[in-house]
Amino acid sequence: MKFSIKPWIAALAIIVLSGCATQKTPYDYTLLKESKPRSILVLPPLNQTPEVRASYSMLAQVTQPLSESGYYVFPVSLVDETFKENGVTEASDAHQLPVSKLREIFGADAGLYITMTQYGTVFRVLDSATTVTAETKLVDLKTGSTLWAGKATASSAEQQNQQQGGLAGLLIAAVVKQIIGSVTDQSHPMAGVTSQRLLKAGRVDGLLYGPRSPLYVPN
Amino acid sequence: MNKQNTHCRRALGAVAVIAVTTLGGCANTKAPDLYGWNGYEKNIDTYFRGDREALDSQAKLMESDLEKIRSAGKALPPGYRAHLGLLYGKQGDMARFKEHLESEKQLFPESETFIDFLLRKFNKN
Repeated sequence: MKFSIKPWIAALAIIVLSGCATQKTPYDYTLLKESKPRSILVLPPLNQTPEVRASYSMLAQVTQPLSESGYYVFPVSLVDETFKENGVTEASDAHQLPVSKLREIFGADAGLYITMTQYGTVFRVLDSATTVTAETKLVDLKTGSTLWAGKATASSAEQQNQQQGGLAGLLIAAVVKQIIGSVTDQSHPMAGVTSQRLLKAGRVDGLLYGPRSPLYVPN
Repeated sequence: MNKQNTHCRRALGAVAVIAVTTLGGCANTKAPDLYGWNGYEKNIDTYFRGDREALDSQAKLMESDLEKIRSAGKALPPGYRAHLGLLYGKQGDMARFKEHLESEKQLFPESETFIDFLLRKFNKN
């Protein structure tokens, strides 16, 4: 009886190579490209964490990544005041407003709806970790359709995981350096990293560049 | 011998060119920021916290940052003038409130609808 090794090699090759080929389907940017928003209204974030500060810690740090990505970002403080003065005191109420109303008052092309799902430090015996996670949806305020959605997280535990590397690794290293010694408020700088990862254009499956950026692709 | 030497040099030259291009790719000089930021986001955070610093000193901080951003030849970021205007408005200085809101609109025409909405409300009161 002759044992042929060839089919085995072929099978192995297929398994190994198909492993390499596993490609995620690229993000579908069709709607975002059609809509071409120039300006973004960031609504007060929904807070699903036990930390009261989560929403506003995030809201204070969204202007930089979005502006540097090429969008006009409505002044977050004045937007928040406007909601409150008109009786919309809870983020959940703001998120429920009809898009036509938002468009009428603010004249924004798109609304950014953020939900905070993690914010704070988990203390363990050997390794305490500060983690901030946020999800977001960019919505066309003319049509109400979702143009783009994303999720990002940042954690102080990443510093131990050096193979992370790249830009993300550097960011974390910088923040950890910055917050060393101040145990009180590690979550806020971590929210800053989360915001960069979530909203800065040019990342994998991330937001596209807006018209004020030299990297904007008109079509 | 001589010929071989030339070959060697050529090969070395090629390697150097490849190395420079490849490593240059790694260095990937970051595009300059579109705006000067200074303490802008920190100021917004201070404002949201509400109990850290008086509105007056928040405004002074933003005025001095504004000068720094200007003298560095950078552009003011979206919302900067509007937030500064809000700080004055909250202190009852409506002339400066209006002035900074108008500047925001000039810098960023995208804000026109919202700024006009705020100014209309302000004129009614």
